[in-house]
Amino acid sequence: MSRRRIPVIPAVIAGIAFIGLWYGVREVISPSRVFMLPPPHAVLQAFAVHADELLLASRNTAIGALLGFALAVLVSGSMALLLSVSNLIRSALYPYLMMMQMMPVIVIAPVLVLWVGAGLPSVTIITFLICFFPLVVNTTQGLISTDRKLVELFHLYRATKWQEIVRLRVPAALPYFFTGLRIAGTLAPIGAIVGDFSAGSSGGHGGGLGFLTLIYGAQFKMAALFATVLSGCMLGFVFVATVSGLSWLSLHQWHDAYDKSDH
Amino acid sequence: MTETAAPACSVDLSRVTKRFGSGPAVLDELDFAARAGDFVAIIGPSGCGKSTLLRLLAGLSPLTAGTLHIDGQPPGVDSPELAYVFQEPTLLAWLKVAANVELPLSLRGVPAAQRRSIVARCLRQVRLEERAEAFPRQLSGGQQMRVSLARALVLQPRLLLLDEPFGALDEMTRNHLNEELLDLREQQGWTAFFVTHSVAEAVFLANRVIVMSAHPGRIAHEVKIDLPYPRVRATREDPAFQRLVAAVTHHLHSVEGDAR
Ligand SMILES: Nc1ncnc2c1ncn2[C@@H]1O[C@H](COP(=O)(O)OP(=O)(O)OP(=O)(O)O)[C@@H](O)[C@H]1O
Ligand SMILES: [Mg+2]
Repeated sequence: MSRRRIPVIPAVIAGIAFIGLWYGVREVISPSRVFMLPPPHAVLQAFAVHADELLLASRNTAIGALLGFALAVLVSGSMALLLSVSNLIRSALYPYLMMMQMMPVIVIAPVLVLWVGAGLPSVTIITFLICFFPLVVNTTQGLISTDRKLVELFHLYRATKWQEIVRLRVPAALPYFFTGLRIAGTLAPIGAIVGDFSAGSSGGHGGGLGFLTLIYGAQFKMAALFATVLSGCMLGFVFVATVSGLSWLSLHQWHDAYDKSDH
Repeated sequence: MTETAAPACSVDLSRVTKRFGSGPAVLDELDFAARAGDFVAIIGPSGCGKSTLLRLLAGLSPLTAGTLHIDGQPPGVDSPELAYVFQEPTLLAWLKVAANVELPLSLRGVPAAQRRSIVARCLRQVRLEERAEAFPRQLSGGQQMRVSLARALVLQPRLLLLDEPFGALDEMTRNHLNEELLDLREQQGWTAFFVTHSVAEAVFLANRVIVMSAHPGRIAHEVKIDLPYPRVRATREDPAFQRLVAAVTHHLHSVEGDAR
């Protein structure tokens, strides 16, 4: 089984061009404002200077993101099973799931702070809320889109409802589930950072990247702010790469999306 | 398990009628009796209700009127073992070939050791034992169809329902699978209903060919195929075979003329 080779060179060239552009823009900005765009090397320096703070904050954000993400996977999985077995339940609950998705984090954050306290609990719940919708929608869709012929085949074999779910509907829904998981994987770190931004902990070592953004912003530490943003990007990258890896592991042998043997 | 398990079963249709909702009758008062061991080929214009008829026999869809008996019993949980082969292989893409064939057995809770020997035997019968560990997408269309056939045979069905199982295959592969199917019949003995659009296939396989007409679906003609079994490749060159093909084709044209 050969994996598609990702061409590296074009990406490296684009990266170098981008950094060049970054320096170039600094040349044309008026001198009174140039501090707003720190040069790349200053951002690198900021990484070194604030390494401890950034690592701790990244760790805290990663924990919040992971907890919220895992919670969303568990709850959405059970919810999707429930929604898939009955049209009635589905039509009863769907509008409220939609509404849940519309709920603005900025507004819910203060409520959560009052309910469960600032910091990790709030961040976890906000991440959960953000990840939940794409997961539940995709997984439910997968569970109800099982090929009708296969369902009939299971009826002919006199399979129990439980066998039909476990041995047919769930595996058939995996590709859909992973579509949802990819979306949730990109949203989880963002959710944790936004949650931390609006419901982060001010005390102790509980602050994450969002909270750090607030501090550096207030102190006009532009290079450190950019370093914080980049840390968030890297965290997001790790999340997405992990999810893609999991998806590859469980689907590549049999799913057409991974069929590259002929290319 | 031995090859000669339960005997084939008989099927009786009496004034069987089927409509969907308040629509027109798709099948209109069908009367037909298949004796144990009959191989019945069903042929007719598209939309005449061939698939619908098989679905009724399988109990996948209820009759609107009339009676249907399999071995004297209406279709139900305790009706004799039957297997259904669809036009597409309908395999579980995430299971390897052997696990796909094993599926009906494991759903029934047959012990693992017994399952393995049955699966091995059925894969050997369709000559796919070497591909047991492949995933369905690694097989050709004809091989996938053979897996589907092997899966249909593991429960030792007494009634086999096949809905254009080889319709999507080229003629060579189809002829080949037809010969294999008749071999399996010699070994196992079941009653079969086989839907096809190919007159030659129908005549080669069946001892009775039913020609259906459409709107409403009715049995327009029945042709007895009195060519002796076992039938082999050379049977297709037999003048008697060719005469029968011509006769069935003639009936088919007459009902297709009616449809227009
Ligand atoms: N679930 C359904 N609801 C409504 N009408 C249906 C349904 N299934 C089949 N029909 C109608 O019943 C008629 C017979 O359909 P059927 O699939 O049995 O035809 P067929 O003989 O198998 O045709 P083909 O050779 O094209 O497979 C068609 O007119 C079809 O529109
Ligand atoms: Mg059909």
